Amino acid sequence: MGGKTGLVPDASQLALRDLQSAATSHRGDRVFTRTVAAAAFTSLLVLAGIAIFLGLQAIPAFQTQGWSFLTTTGWDINTTPPTVGIFGMLYGSVLLSVVGLVIAVPAAILLAIFMVFLSPPRLSRILTNLIDLMAAIPSVILGLWAFYILNPTAEEWQVLLNKYLGWIPIFENTSGNFLGTPFIAGFVLAIMMIPIITAVTREVLSRTPPDLINASEALGCSLWTMLRYVALPYGRGGIVGGIMLGLGRALGETIAVFFVLKLVYETNWDKIIESGGGSVATLIVSRFGEVSGPLELQLLLAAGFFLFIMTLIVNVIANLIVSRTGRLQK
Amino acid sequence: MSTAEFEDVMDLDIEGAEASTVHPVGPTEMAARDLSVWFGRRKVLEGVNIAFPKNTVTALIGPSGCGKSTFIRTLNRLHELIPGAALAGSVLYEGKDIYDAAVDPVQIRLQIGMVFQKPNPFPSMTIRGNVLAGLKLSGMKRENHDDIVEQTLTAAGLWNEVKDRLGTAAGDLSGGQQQRLVIARALAVQPHVLLMDEPCSALDPASTLKIEETIRELSKEVTIIIVTHNMQQAVRVSDYTAFFLAEEGTPGHVVEQGETTKIFGNPREQRTLDYVNGRFG
Repeated sequence: MGGKTGLVPDASQLALRDLQSAATSHRGDRVFTRTVAAAAFTSLLVLAGIAIFLGLQAIPAFQTQGWSFLTTTGWDINTTPPTVGIFGMLYGSVLLSVVGLVIAVPAAILLAIFMVFLSPPRLSRILTNLIDLMAAIPSVILGLWAFYILNPTAEEWQVLLNKYLGWIPIFENTSGNFLGTPFIAGFVLAIMMIPIITAVTREVLSRTPPDLINASEALGCSLWTMLRYVALPYGRGGIVGGIMLGLGRALGETIAVFFVLKLVYETNWDKIIESGGGSVATLIVSRFGEVSGPLELQLLLAAGFFLFIMTLIVNVIANLIVSRTGRLQK
Repeated sequence: MSTAEFEDVMDLDIEGAEASTVHPVGPTEMAARDLSVWFGRRKVLEGVNIAFPKNTVTALIGPSGCGKSTFIRTLNRLHELIPGAALAGSVLYEGKDIYDAAVDPVQIRLQIGMVFQKPNPFPSMTIRGNVLAGLKLSGMKRENHDDIVEQTLTAAGLWNEVKDRLGTAAGDLSGGQQQRLVIARALAVQPHVLLMDEPCSALDPASTLKIEETIRELSKEVTIIIVTHNMQQAVRVSDYTAFFLAEEGTPGHVVEQGETTKIFGNPREQRTLDYVNGRFG
């Protein structure tokens, strides 16, 4: 409490005050801020650690194989140097996920629409719990179920698909073997994605502002037009985010696919109901137990590294799609 | 609509207003007849009888919770979209009961437009897209979309402010502009009646004034029914006023209705006088 300074402040009073330190001057706040920052940093550290570990392991394998590791398909360790390429596996991971998405996305979105806009609240609550429970099923259980129960049933579906839609290239089957197909593996992935996409979509749709629903009702629109022009555009970002979460699970899924997919070391481009396909994660799990030596182990780790990279790229592309489609409707 | 029906409706009006001297000049556009409304088991409105003369503005006033907003939502069948909503009596629009089984609620909502308390343009659409949204959403066919956009925005008093940026997001407009955009959107489907549920309660005084000018202008062609908590607004914009009240534990009902000058200047009921002078509510 010094003397009076008059109406005109002197220059020293005009100096910028240190607001930053003032904001964190409370001791508890300081501790909390640092703990949160450390936790946030840890997740980055773990991600970077995994990338660096896999990357370092991948270098020797990449040196022996060169670019053909990414552009060819095969897994023959007995030649020197081994002729190994994972293109078919990387492509297979994407193909299975796409098949899964084609089945899961419409099912999940329709289910979410039903739960939010059509079903009685009590049924909606029951469904929510059931679907959350579905997400909790361990993938090994799903894999076993698919192996024993889904396989024989799906075989018949595929025979029908081939019989009536066989003229479409993707439904061709020349071998007559309908087991271990990308379709069945994709179907299992769809079952794993549906709960995730449904949960996110339901959440997003239930947050459609009542004002906008009121507006569309007052303009005399049907449920369909309300969804088409109001609820779905409003929730688009969130729904695509949910699909990406599901896709993330599908791309890396190992055990469930391992049970139902016949792993072949060649590229199955588009014959989704033909026996045999590829998947990086399944390749790793199927070879890891009986790995022939340090070189094959490095090759598997390199495969893992590129799966990691591919997942990152898919996520980046997905983010771009979300921001691009965020534009205005005319 | 037959003359007999008209007279019927007019009778109701006079009966409801009793001693007040309401003799609307034009024909009746809409009327509620013995209307009672429930949410589940709770009765929120009882025995409402009001007639709305064509191309006039009627203000619905009353304290919060007296059922004004519920009432206005029965006039375009939005009420029934709330789970547990029920209704007795009838709402006549151009002489026909809009709750008749043969009536398509979508058609009713297109002819009886609505503007809500909070401006609610579609944020993912452009200004132009919002004006035309009603046509798109209802599948209504109208030619010359450019003309519609200009006419309705002009009618809503917004054209000069937005004519150079029709392709920008509606969400970028100010609250008052958004509300006028929403009015333009409601007008684009050519409604005969416009329901407004406290359209200015979220707006600043300058925007409120513009909306009020718009309302006066629109009432030359459209019948307007406006819920308002602002007594001065009711005086400024309306030709007729109905005072709703829900006394302790009873459902809302119309205490008094009639010409606005009468309701505010020389009401029959002491409660109306107290309310319009701000002594309760």
